[in-house]
Amino acid sequence: MEIFGVPTQALFGQLLIGLINGSFYALLSLGLAVIFGLLNIINFAHGAQYMLGAFTAFLLLNKAPALGLPALGYWWSLVLAPVIVGAIGVVIERLMLKQLYKLDHLYGLLLTFGLALIIEGVFRNEFGSSGQPYPIPEQLTGGQNLGFMFLPNYRAWVIVASLAICLSTWYLIERTKLGGYLRAATENPTLVQAFGINVPRMITLTYGLGVGLAALGGVMAAPIYQVSPQMGADLIIVVFAVVVIGGMGSILGSIVTGFGLGLVEGLTKVFYPEASNTVIFVIMAIVLMIKPAGLFGVQK
Amino acid sequence: MSAQASTPVAATPDSAIGPQRVAFVVMLAFFALAPLVIYPVFLMKVMCFALFACAFNLLIGFGGLLSFGHAMFLGTAGYVAAHAAKEWGWTPELALLAAAVVATVLGFGAGMIAIRRQGIYFSMITLALAQMIFFFYLQTPFTHGEDGIQAVPRGSLFGLVDLSTSATMYPFVMAVFFGGFLLIWRIVHSPFGQILKAIRENEARATSLGYDTDRYKLAAFVLSGGIAGLAGGTKALVFQLASLTDAHWSMSGEVVLMTLVGGLGTIFGPVVGAAVIVTMQNYLAQLGAWVTVVQGVIFVVCVLSFRRGVVGEIGNFMRKSL
Repeated sequence: MEIFGVPTQALFGQLLIGLINGSFYALLSLGLAVIFGLLNIINFAHGAQYMLGAFTAFLLLNKAPALGLPALGYWWSLVLAPVIVGAIGVVIERLMLKQLYKLDHLYGLLLTFGLALIIEGVFRNEFGSSGQPYPIPEQLTGGQNLGFMFLPNYRAWVIVASLAICLSTWYLIERTKLGGYLRAATENPTLVQAFGINVPRMITLTYGLGVGLAALGGVMAAPIYQVSPQMGADLIIVVFAVVVIGGMGSILGSIVTGFGLGLVEGLTKVFYPEASNTVIFVIMAIVLMIKPAGLFGVQK
Repeated sequence: MSAQASTPVAATPDSAIGPQRVAFVVMLAFFALAPLVIYPVFLMKVMCFALFACAFNLLIGFGGLLSFGHAMFLGTAGYVAAHAAKEWGWTPELALLAAAVVATVLGFGAGMIAIRRQGIYFSMITLALAQMIFFFYLQTPFTHGEDGIQAVPRGSLFGLVDLSTSATMYPFVMAVFFGGFLLIWRIVHSPFGQILKAIRENEARATSLGYDTDRYKLAAFVLSGGIAGLAGGTKALVFQLASLTDAHWSMSGEVVLMTLVGGLGTIFGPVVGAAVIVTMQNYLAQLGAWVTVVQGVIFVVCVLSFRRGVVGEIGNFMRKSL
């Protein structure tokens, strides 16, 4: 069977990869948007923290026995890695980022860029540049034959799980009281503080949450891509482009843009593979020419 | 940038020129005499990166625009100069001219897109555009992928002076560096430079005074790209190599670091910063990946407690704008 002269197997295979990539674009750009909303900084270390999540899973599985602990598998990591990496994020916010809020936003970008260099450099020294394999959890091995394509269970899980995480984050921020405080503090932190809400603590926890989301993405990515020190560095630049295209004003916007661009990238791989690396950047340039605030953004 | 707002950055341009002239003479004397004791190729590398950082600083220090994609100019110009010199047999001055022209055109194209957003969006867009250019060079055949363009001939200047030895190449690089530096110095102290600073301090007010700020920002971006291209072309001729390293995002990060260490928004800071970072890379080269970690630590320390940079601190101590 063929569609536009392309075998359906190849077409749907690439679309699936596109959806998987899109899941990670959505997860990461969501975290960036949440952090940006309240802290007004772009977290350049987001890719490094995603990598940190994947490595936490890898270490819990392979190195924990050396410390006398049981080897903790995928499901444990799914809970523990975001908590551990999120806690590191909280420490970073308290010790460093906090001092920069009164300065130009660019300093936050520079600081987190430095942190990303440190984290990635340390892991490259320890583990080298080559990737480390991470096994798919046994409950999710195998796959389904859908007739027109073969769908591995783990990949289906990643798409469903990341959609669920994105939508619950959206619900948390747009529909709960806590989210209401958060959005209010984004608009006017001084006023919210005057109502007796501890805004500095909220900022700290928000950064922790955003970082935790990145780490969660990292754990989910570990069995698909190999666990390597530079897995986050190249991804984060694409995610920046995704954020520029979607605009950071809306949570749903970043989810839709993330998945959408993943699909577009997958399609490009089928029809014009040479451009698959650059298609998102080209789309970014076009969007900026037509609608500078981004597809879902509001120009301030 | 707000941190600079408190320092007396050329509030009265004429009072700033005096100490800067002295510093310039010191710098000129240093680069003229240093090859007697320091390895000339190392000094040429410093001058290439110093010019690159000065070009970058024109944008961030005086226009308030943080470009995170300046490697695209360095890399592009390197490839153009190397290709022109090796494949077409152009003389070095023509190869360099071609490199600067192409980088300027690239600056116009990228600038048109990037200046449509401000602040951190600008940084993200320049980073993304540079990454796009990087992938283009990775795939297109004329760059020879991972190998780069190797064994680029330095050629003869105007077809007369053979540049293959350091004795002739060094004065040539020095002339390019000081030419570029003086151009930037002139731009900063020109009415155009004053308007750029006004835009940096308060864009809305500059607009209300009747300045089309987008045009000024674009002009600054184009100039910065062109001069960065000059640096990239020279670097390719000095090392007889144009490679992907120069176009990679980590190079964009390095130039930010150099400028930050030397002092954002100072005239001489980028030169000092480039010297510091290039020296450090030379001594730490055997440490491998730890260089990245050290650079990251310097970034963090500079941002947290050393935001004025070396030259900024000296200037602040002397109450002079350097």
